[in-house]
Amino acid sequence: MTVEALPEPLAEIVETFASSPPRDRLELLLEYSQTLPPLPERFREHPERLEPVPECQSPLFVAAEVDGDRRVQIFVDAPQEAPTTRGFAGIFHAGLNGLSAEEVLGVPGDVTVRMSLSEAVSPLRLRGATALLGRIQRQVREQVGAA
Amino acid sequence: MALPNDTNPKLAEYAHPEKLVTSSWLAEHLDDPGLVVVESDEDILLYETGHIPGAVKVDWHTELNDPITRDYVDAEGFAALMSAKGIGREATVVFYGDKSNWWAAYALWVFSLFGHPDLRLLDGGRAKWEAEGRPMTTDAPGRPTADYPNVERDDARIRAFRNDVLAHLGKPLIDVRSPDEYTGKLLHMANYPQEGALRGGHIPGAKSVPWAKAANEDGTFKSRAELEALYGGEAGLSTSDDVVVYCRIGERSSHTWFALTHLLGYEKVRNYDGSWTEWGNSVRVPIEREADPG
Repeated sequence: MTVEALPEPLAEIVETFASSPPRDRLELLLEYSQTLPPLPERFREHPERLEPVPECQSPLFVAAEVDGDRRVQIFVDAPQEAPTTRGFAGIFHAGLNGLSAEEVLGVPGDVTVRMSLSEAVSPLRLRGATALLGRIQRQVREQVGAA
Repeated sequence: MALPNDTNPKLAEYAHPEKLVTSSWLAEHLDDPGLVVVESDEDILLYETGHIPGAVKVDWHTELNDPITRDYVDAEGFAALMSAKGIGREATVVFYGDKSNWWAAYALWVFSLFGHPDLRLLDGGRAKWEAEGRPMTTDAPGRPTADYPNVERDDARIRAFRNDVLAHLGKPLIDVRSPDEYTGKLLHMANYPQEGALRGGHIPGAKSVPWAKAANEDGTFKSRAELEALYGGEAGLSTSDDVVVYCRIGERSSHTWFALTHLLGYEKVRNYDGSWTEWGNSVRVPIEREADPG
């Protein structure tokens, strides 16, 4: 249960949230909602390649790809009118994209709790974020296992 | 001083037309000193991405609930909230929000527990205002704080607790959740996370009238005649009935409570905010799982 156990980019994000005054945490989440990169064309043309995350309160679709160097690439589609959902997706993108499959699989499921957002965000939403992480990890695990 | 009512002909048909305003009425009165616009959304960051100029945000999760007990804030808590938001007791408050005003109606219902005199809903909510290309801003409203008296919550009129519902069995109940939640096929809304109800189904005798049936595609309320056909015709209710409405935590049913009470003039409608997240976890309360009311 230590923050040290997280991969460095994600650990930094979690630390930033945890050390911010509660009122600033939502601002931070909003900033992450704006950092989510647009989908590459191959996903825009084939949205069925993205997996839905029904646990989130707004439509959210995710794909995680493991490349030849066992690095993980994350692609997320979430509507602009759902900034909270986009915020969590932005955090996982900023914190996990480009890491090794092993590092991504090693992220503990309670990471959303460690962001100290439970006072501001309803438990439902935190569960949605945890579900998003779970799906990223499952997709990575399937590809690593198949390799 | 209260603002004038919206005299729009669609609204004039409703039992209490003063409880609803159109987007054009709001645009016209946005700078009136007696008005406070309140945004209340399901998505807690939506307000920050842009809101109606001057609107303040009320977060249902962090601001209307007691942080420890599953209950709403008390008189002191509500007065402190209203003071901080710059809402005086005499202010005309207009609520709007996302998802066809689902959370806005919930906030309005909670404010009603404290008997705030002038509470109105923006017909069509946030989506309609945006679709019409009306102004949005990220500027903070900058309202000065207000004096708000401590007013005791009056739960008895419009709020039902579990034991009230047990005593109410056999009288009209409306379940506003989706059909699959009603029959117990799902423990929660489709595409929504499981909220921890151990049992699925509905309260015996409850009729299924999903809340969204009261709304048009653009989020506005259906006309009075359409609502009467829905609740009076299909569901067989009459305005003098003692009615309890529920969903999973009382938010969707606030929308139905609003339609029955303010748009159709039902005299006694209570919202059971414990709803399925309480009933579906309670020991030895009766549950029906069939598609008919039981």
